[in-house]
Amino acid sequence: MTESNTESALLEVRDLKVHFPVHEGVLIQRQVGSVKAVDGVSFTLQRGETFGLVGESGCGKSTTALAVLKMVNVSGGQIIFEGQDIATLNESAMHPLRKRMQMVYQDPFGSLNPRMKVGDIIGEPLVVHGVSRRSSEYKQRVRQLIDQVGLLPDMAGRYPHEFSGGQRQRIGIARALALNPALLICDEPVSALDVSIQAQVVNLLMDLQRDLNLTVLFIAHDLSVVRHISDRIGVMYLGKIVEIAPRDELFDHPRHPYTRALLDAVPVPNPIIEAGRAQQLIRGEVPSVRNPPAGCHFQPRCPLADSRCREQRPVLTSHGLASVACHNV
Amino acid sequence: MSEPLLRVEDLCVSFRTDSGIVRAVDCVSLHVNQGETLAIVGESGSGKSVTALSIMGLVGDSGKINQGRILFDGVDLVALRESAMRKIRGNRIAMIFQEPMSSLNPVLTIGKQVAEPIWLHRKKSWTQAYAEAAELLAKVRIPDARSRLDDYPHHFSGGMRQRVMIAMALACQPKLIIADEPTTALDVTVQAQILALLKDLTRETNAALILITHDLGVVARYADRVAVMYGGRIAETASAADLYANPRHPYTVGLMRSIPSLTSDAGSRLYAIRGQPPDLANLPTGCAFAPRCEWAKDICLRSPPSL
Repeated sequence: MTESNTESALLEVRDLKVHFPVHEGVLIQRQVGSVKAVDGVSFTLQRGETFGLVGESGCGKSTTALAVLKMVNVSGGQIIFEGQDIATLNESAMHPLRKRMQMVYQDPFGSLNPRMKVGDIIGEPLVVHGVSRRSSEYKQRVRQLIDQVGLLPDMAGRYPHEFSGGQRQRIGIARALALNPALLICDEPVSALDVSIQAQVVNLLMDLQRDLNLTVLFIAHDLSVVRHISDRIGVMYLGKIVEIAPRDELFDHPRHPYTRALLDAVPVPNPIIEAGRAQQLIRGEVPSVRNPPAGCHFQPRCPLADSRCREQRPVLTSHGLASVACHNV
Repeated sequence: MSEPLLRVEDLCVSFRTDSGIVRAVDCVSLHVNQGETLAIVGESGSGKSVTALSIMGLVGDSGKINQGRILFDGVDLVALRESAMRKIRGNRIAMIFQEPMSSLNPVLTIGKQVAEPIWLHRKKSWTQAYAEAAELLAKVRIPDARSRLDDYPHHFSGGMRQRVMIAMALACQPKLIIADEPTTALDVTVQAQILALLKDLTRETNAALILITHDLGVVARYADRVAVMYGGRIAETASAADLYANPRHPYTVGLMRSIPSLTSDAGSRLYAIRGQPPDLANLPTGCAFAPRCEWAKDICLRSPPSL
């Protein structure tokens, strides 16, 4: 089984849990429950592969990313990065490891400091990790990064507001690459961009992944984009992974009823295909994570649900090339 | 063919902003027939939402309709006074906004908000309007509708709020519904439910629908005709089937080729339109798309092409 093959794995997440406490009371706050944003998620990233994580809002995909970077408190499980469990490391022990893992954010407007020049934004990670701003190494690296993401050298002296969304996302990518990370986490990197710009950024990410042999965790809700860029894909629903499979396997033979519903719901940009498609709409909406349903989380919306689904929570089990968490597969 | 329900002729709208006069809509002409779904496709800043707001008479204080006519059922809406426009807005033309979170009044119950247009425009008694509101909520498939009349918007999920918006839009049996990115804020599985509902209900009442979106997949599934906008102008109009089979404008061609779909060749390089979207305060003198166009000639840079 590939999940235990740690030889070539860069990152192995085992039974990851992120629970946020819920408090009540005005003066005396007491904990009345917890939101299980991520509840027992396991997956492996092999070196050089792109792993896509898809799901609807609130399914825990972004929280998973933040947990891997240790930007939220991990409630349980292991995060094995380059052979070392980082789930329990404190901030000072994490600091040198942060060079190895970097993030590209969704919002190209909110994630760049408006008072800093583009060159300084891109070079800041170098400064944080001990490279002097005056050194020739610094200047050369910033120039190289600007070129690498397809910006022009004279743009280094300008401010973020002078750039369009697509260009700002290139700046964010350059900043993430500054320290030569092994792992690049992209959280919805193209969803805030116009359609005609998305393709440019997707191409750039794919080129960089290949040229720099990056391992990429690519998080998005847009199935078409995830399919395009990923080697393997995990589908999340309400804090859990319901299916993991290689790309073609997932799209050609979706096994979990939720995966099938998601694929059905995405309209294809071709009216002839659309006219001939029988749409199976699933009922209802994603329930609140604060009160997840008993048994399988998807059971209230699932066309296949039976009494077992309402009582027992299914676990991920392998079915051919895929792993699926469903009693009825 | 008989006169269309809505005919927009040479509409120009500009806004005063800090960076100067912005020509958001520049000589746009389009029409919608009764019972038809017209999709307006474009990126942010292409002028699609401003076109919709102009039809609703909602361009606001900083915006100005400089030129053009909007003929709805033979009446020019641009020339109407605000008091006359109020009788049409929400009554015969209804609009559904993108943000179901912020377009409902948070301090009024759902029942009151849905009943209000019925009471206001159709002069029904409040009790009657309230009863009809319950029926409308059931029609947009809100489970247990009657008991939810006294709930506030924050009790509803995003998809449910958008159903409430649709119920409000349908309250006066409008002849034209304008839906501005009605599902952009929603998840895909909910998006499919809402669009299917909208399409069913407009078919039932034979209302015309203007669907504003940036999603070419949504267009393929729901539209009869399409207008593609770029830089405030209409780049191309065609029937939906035609547009996908045979896109003509270089921008449309580029857009079609650049989107990955569930059936495209995964892992390959995507076709990318070069350059950045235009700055509306500084539109090029010629065709707005010319700086990014592979087929641009001298004339494209000098004068804007007409449709």
